[in-house]
Amino acid sequence: MEHTKRKALVLLSGGLDSLLAARLMLEQGLHVEGINFFTGFCVEGHTQAIRGTGKPRHGALAAAEQLGIRLHLVDVVDEYRNVVLNPRHGYGAHLNPCLDCKGFMVGKARAWMEEHGGDFLVTGEVLGQRPMSQRRDTFPIVARESGAFDRLLRPLSAKLLPPTLPEREGWVDRDRLLGLSGRNRKPQIALAESYGLQYAQPAGGCCFLTDENYTRKLRDLWASRGERRYDFDDIMLLKVGRHLRPRPHFKLIIGRGEGENRFLEGYRNRFLHLWAVEHNGPLVLVQGDIGEDDLDLAAAVTARFGQGRDEPRVRVAAAGPGGAAGERVVRPLAPHELPVAWYL
Amino acid sequence: MMPDLDARHLLCPLPVLRVQERVAQLAGGEVLTVRCTDPGALNDIPAWCRIEGHEVLQARTDDAGEVLVTLRVGSRAGGDPSRGGRPR
Repeated sequence: MEHTKRKALVLLSGGLDSLLAARLMLEQGLHVEGINFFTGFCVEGHTQAIRGTGKPRHGALAAAEQLGIRLHLVDVVDEYRNVVLNPRHGYGAHLNPCLDCKGFMVGKARAWMEEHGGDFLVTGEVLGQRPMSQRRDTFPIVARESGAFDRLLRPLSAKLLPPTLPEREGWVDRDRLLGLSGRNRKPQIALAESYGLQYAQPAGGCCFLTDENYTRKLRDLWASRGERRYDFDDIMLLKVGRHLRPRPHFKLIIGRGEGENRFLEGYRNRFLHLWAVEHNGPLVLVQGDIGEDDLDLAAAVTARFGQGRDEPRVRVAAAGPGGAAGERVVRPLAPHELPVAWYL
Repeated sequence: MMPDLDARHLLCPLPVLRVQERVAQLAGGEVLTVRCTDPGALNDIPAWCRIEGHEVLQARTDDAGEVLVTLRVGSRAGGDPSRGGRPR
């Protein structure tokens, strides 16, 4: 009967491992629900959605639907800021605070479970798969700092780990869990095929904080402000367009194609923005305080990235957040006038 | 038709999150229409409705390229996620 089933809450990322972990729990007859956290740095369908390519789809939602389980989406953008800015365990190769992140998410899931009901937590972590957060010495840190302790089960590597509460209590049959380790993903891929499960991507790539290009732009943002802070729009805009910093005090965000231009249009009421009046081309947002000379330069860059780039003169409009527009006629910059150092 | 929930200029998964928040305030049988600019919402909001037991009355892209989804809140309304799992 439904009410006698133990309830497992699975941290469902949309990737393969957590999909399999949830599937293993269903196989044991447990009541399974998923939880997914939105940090603002999730890759998900953002890029596709902005550029209007492909068929965007939220990975965790697709996974939950495939499994036939509920999914609880939780917005943690504000709380996550402290994880990014002050990671107790430091960063990985870029600005990825993976160990702190895992502890934070498992902790949030534990709190959710305590409020809404549930017996234990499940993740798709695999021993040795990630250099920072999925190691034998860091697994206990996540369990301890999240407050989940032995209510945290990692079904894919369970046989290599000490028995957890759900195993000791017999809620879960340890013999039917797995003993996977390492970075080889072939066992997971084979398992997914045997279950007939579809998944978005075989490994990683779900967080912009692991992305070199993205984090370079985030570091530039902090440097330009003289302090490490960000708001939600900052981290969304770092995902879109070409970012050029022609001068230390301002940056240009240049739409690449119709989809990005459409997305940037949503910010017209918050930023000074430019566009070529008589030629197709990008919408360009200006971040920072700029003067008249700077505006000429920004207009020349705007003209450079539009279809009037080879014309001697191009008319470019500029409008402030208030909507008041002015026009200027500029010579588009030549390619050699765009130093590589401007590109972020 | 004006939407009950304007989720334009929000990207995945925010349209679904906003729908989840709004539905939590509604009673079973109530109808909600949401308008989005993220094309992924055309798949994601109906998917969320299916796993949560809400009825999708329409899901389409209009002439302006905006996604319009109308749903009727299921009997498991009120948004209390502890009320049990989806019947399987």
